[in-house]
Amino acid sequence: MQKVESREILNQLYEQNKEKVNNSKCRILICAGTGCLAGGSGQIYEKMCELVANNPDVEIHFGPEIAHGDGPMEVKRSGCHGFCEMGPLMRIEPMGLLYTKVKLEDCEEIFEKTVKNGEVISRLVYKQNGVEYQKQEEIPFYDKQTRLVLENCGQIDAEHIEDAIAHDGYQALAKVLFEMTPDEVVNEILESNLRGRGGGGFQTGYKWKQVARQPEKIRYVVCNGDEGDPGAFMDRSIMEGDPHKMIEGMMIAAYAVGAQEGYIYVRAEYPLAISRLKMAIRDAEESGLLGDNIMGTDFSFHLHINRGAGAFVCGEGSALTASIEGNRGMPRVKPPRTVEQGLFDKPTVLNNVETYANVPMIILKGAEWYKSVGPETSPGTKAFALTGSVKNTGLIEVPMGTTLREVIFDIGGGIKNDGEFKAVQIGGPSGGCLVTSDLDVSLDFDSLKKMGAMIGSGGLVVMDSNTCMVEVARFFMNFTQNESCGKCVPCREGTKRMLEILERIVAGNGTMEDLDLLEELATMITDTALCGLGKSAAQPVMSTLRVFRDEYIEHVVDKKCKSGTCTALRKYVIDPDVCKGCSKCARNCPVSAISGKIKEPFTIDSSVCIKCGACAGACPFGAIKIEA
Amino acid sequence: MKYITINNRKVPFEDEKNLLSVIRKAGFDLPTFCYHSELSIYGACRMCVVEDDRGRIFASCSEVPRDGMVIYTNTPKLQHHRKMIVELLLASHCRDCTTCRANGTCTLQKLAKQLGIDVVRFQNTKKELPLDTSSNCIVIDPNKCILCGDCVRTCEELQGVGVLNFAFRGSEARVMPAFGKPIAETDCVGCGQCRVVCPTGAITIKSNVHAVWDAIADKNKRVVVQIAPAVRVAIGDKFGIPKGENSIGRLAAALRRMGFDEIYDTNFAADLTVIEESKEFLERLESGENLPLFTSCCPGWVKFCENKYPEFRKNISTCRSPQQMFGALLKEDARMHPEDTRETIVVSIMPCTAKKNEIVRPEHFTDGVQDVDYVLTTVEVARMMGESGIDLSRLEPESLDMPFGLASGAGAIFGVTGGVTEAVIRRLVNSSRVEALDEISFTGVRGTEGIRELTVTYEGRDVKIAIVNGLGDADKLLKQLKAGEVSYDFVEVMACKRGCITGGGQPTPIGPRTKKARMDGMYNIDKDSQIKLSTENPFVKTVYDTILKGKEHKLLHNHYHEHHDEDCGCGSCS
Repeated sequence: MQKVESREILNQLYEQNKEKVNNSKCRILICAGTGCLAGGSGQIYEKMCELVANNPDVEIHFGPEIAHGDGPMEVKRSGCHGFCEMGPLMRIEPMGLLYTKVKLEDCEEIFEKTVKNGEVISRLVYKQNGVEYQKQEEIPFYDKQTRLVLENCGQIDAEHIEDAIAHDGYQALAKVLFEMTPDEVVNEILESNLRGRGGGGFQTGYKWKQVARQPEKIRYVVCNGDEGDPGAFMDRSIMEGDPHKMIEGMMIAAYAVGAQEGYIYVRAEYPLAISRLKMAIRDAEESGLLGDNIMGTDFSFHLHINRGAGAFVCGEGSALTASIEGNRGMPRVKPPRTVEQGLFDKPTVLNNVETYANVPMIILKGAEWYKSVGPETSPGTKAFALTGSVKNTGLIEVPMGTTLREVIFDIGGGIKNDGEFKAVQIGGPSGGCLVTSDLDVSLDFDSLKKMGAMIGSGGLVVMDSNTCMVEVARFFMNFTQNESCGKCVPCREGTKRMLEILERIVAGNGTMEDLDLLEELATMITDTALCGLGKSAAQPVMSTLRVFRDEYIEHVVDKKCKSGTCTALRKYVIDPDVCKGCSKCARNCPVSAISGKIKEPFTIDSSVCIKCGACAGACPFGAIKIEA
Repeated sequence: MKYITINNRKVPFEDEKNLLSVIRKAGFDLPTFCYHSELSIYGACRMCVVEDDRGRIFASCSEVPRDGMVIYTNTPKLQHHRKMIVELLLASHCRDCTTCRANGTCTLQKLAKQLGIDVVRFQNTKKELPLDTSSNCIVIDPNKCILCGDCVRTCEELQGVGVLNFAFRGSEARVMPAFGKPIAETDCVGCGQCRVVCPTGAITIKSNVHAVWDAIADKNKRVVVQIAPAVRVAIGDKFGIPKGENSIGRLAAALRRMGFDEIYDTNFAADLTVIEESKEFLERLESGENLPLFTSCCPGWVKFCENKYPEFRKNISTCRSPQQMFGALLKEDARMHPEDTRETIVVSIMPCTAKKNEIVRPEHFTDGVQDVDYVLTTVEVARMMGESGIDLSRLEPESLDMPFGLASGAGAIFGVTGGVTEAVIRRLVNSSRVEALDEISFTGVRGTEGIRELTVTYEGRDVKIAIVNGLGDADKLLKQLKAGEVSYDFVEVMACKRGCITGGGQPTPIGPRTKKARMDGMYNIDKDSQIKLSTENPFVKTVYDTILKGKEHKLLHNHYHEHHDEDCGCGSCS
């Protein structure tokens, strides 16, 4: 590619590549996000490449209503489309067709029927409630979303900078370099009211402003890609699917605050993101968009990648910078804040991946436009990782202020197996539980804070009536305890004791005093822990204890878990009306807890039973049940 | 004037670095485990949390004081949280207080009592971990560690050694050397400053008490003891004697009652060191070789230099430390008196844990015999007195034994930073006039700053001197020396801040008042001494004419060799 030595060259490249994309006879975009790759999209990509390569001059007949160019066909590996439940995904342009759950065996048929003749293969098209949705944008999952940050994820080839350039890549950078002063950039971001997507919701522009006015002249721009919340993968999808957008955001930040050096701290568990970022940095450097004298200006910026040290706590700002410096990733006391003394004790802009990815569009379209999306105090969109007992799991993006109901029932398609909604854990292990009565709450920083929950980085775990909330609390507490850095006493010792109590309760050994002790510990940890992670460590317990106290009491007093989740509290019984007395259960029981006479109903001795469930699995008549 | 309202009282403040200092200055002694004014702020124990008028709770150690702040330090909520923190620490802690070395000095124990923790509602589910007993100087017991990180920061920040750090996370977190190595296999210099700051019994002194008791009980052994300068101003702490008071006479009385055969003063050997080191310095000054001369009295420093700056090893004085000179001298004296058939055992009472390592260095064996057999720290000797039913405060002072119980004031001040230098300058000036001595003490040789520089004139030339206390500062100075940014003729280094008075074997806690009292105590001994110059010590002359005659080099100096392949008879090659 030609070296981008001026803004004019960038514009030329934009035109050229845009033309190339538009002119393509047919573009086949195969999702190469981590989820679809695991589903085999890598082989699908290779197969499609092979088919296209073997038939370069194939005539295509899409029909008169679909316009297409004359350029060569393209097979591209895109980033995550978000609809991970339905992967591997294949998008075919110019029709905008989305094939779901594509298998390697489908490739030839797709090529023959769809690529050559524009024929839609009904089997591969997404269906919901009996309706077929051929076009990606029409699928309710996508239809209700507003994809701004994730706009290019799934649309472009994440491994080619040309594709990014064709989709407005580096246009915002060119705009700031040639049309704006650093102060104007800071003010634009400040004006846009962009708030940090990493969880805190701190005003990004204010952060930049603080760094820009520090007397120390060496400054750093750091990107937090250490996405550690269980079930969250928004940042990963951006890094994998549209790395240039995030890099561009960092460069704009660097220009605004006068930094020349940047670091991206990526989870070590994201190898694909790391390799795409490396590729993106290399491509940008080779094309003169990164490095010294970018686009012929005197702005220089160098970018480094740091692989995470595998600890959740490294997502905390001061632990993250310590980790980059080569020290143990442990949060430190503040002040001094990261904006004053961050990385290598220099003023540092530390934002998360999604925040940086918001920046280019704010610059291009203006703060006023940005504020028109979502509520004024929390403008813009937010990406969420929708998981759990919801029909359509995946990565979504909605304007701030969208209600939970819209997210779970419209986009998510409702509860899996048409079950009953119980709660949603928002904000990961630091967040809280929202219940049916909260479904109409608006998803934005301030409303959620009032509810004792938080947006966090954007994990949404939907739970149905088969979920035990005590077990959920135990799960998160186990996570927090494992991931505590061990520095401050409240978090290190407090979470350990809370976990012990919760383990006691789910094992049927809890007491009512334990509930008081849990609350006592939770308050102490929240009030006194050193860092944000510690302070919010008790959140899942506090919020479940508040909303589902009955469930806790049931575990403690009645020794029952209604959902049947807590193994120790299960009671297996044989329905005498259904049991045929075949003895299969008794023969499968590893502890000989089942006895009876052949052809007469068998019985289980609860005092011996270890609740392994082998009998229930073995019974050919479904006579063995868990007593509620 | 700026004010903070603390517990409804207006408290003025000036340039205090943190809110905690203001609160303490106002008379509210907020408890802490991890705050030390000399170390960076760590903020891990959360004991110093306070509440403001908006109900916000935060740690006061890391909060910058601001004019107009309204702070409460003792609300029911805070009391409750503090109690809970101590309860949680106790829950994961070994609670065998009665058999713990830190019994009585443990901060956790003290706070449990102070805050009225009468029940621990959690079980100790921690797996018992093995002790690290690999070092000759300290013992690390991870079961008693509360992870305050004081040792980690002391080792790294004050001492520049940095062999301790955290490993593992959550409730599994531990303090240990990298890769779980035994401490003896690291660059630990044995200074014991980690033990001084440890609030519990997690780091303690490696004890040699039993072996010494056995030696005393053995009729075939003549147990000779030497007492280092800094011991006498610190041991009284354990017996309620006013801080910094010279207890040497009482100590002699106690040691005699405990059964030691002869009691001598390491200060005597310090006089020898002054003479030898001054001679060596003048020779080097003359030849211009291996300058600056580094002092060699402090084994923590010598080891540090060898570990981190081996290229400067040749600069270290070949003089043995006073302890080792004394050991060699006493053993040689015994060899010259074969009529006494008892085996001579040399025990030294030291303020220092690193001395325990010094005695087993290969160069400190003469003809295969160890010059000093045991080192007892101040704390261990106090413990032995306890075992013997001796209360130091109730004893009448007794004199030390002669001839090695007499020393000059120059030898006495070896226990404090700048002392060696001051003694050497006295030797160079060679005058015992009061005015001359006063003049020396005002050159800047006395003080507490980590690095002090001074220039004295000797025979018309300027002699540039640096005095360093704390290995962290030594690290800085060596870096500058290496880079050629500074140059000196003479550099004194003591591993511990303010010198041996805060050594790793001294009674704790060592707060600012204790430090000052001990320092003043050392200088008072010099002031009260009739003999100011090492050369004026009459027994020193005798010793040079008798025991040392022709053997000065063998007994008083070390021979460092690049290779130890062949035995040249120096003692260190074998």
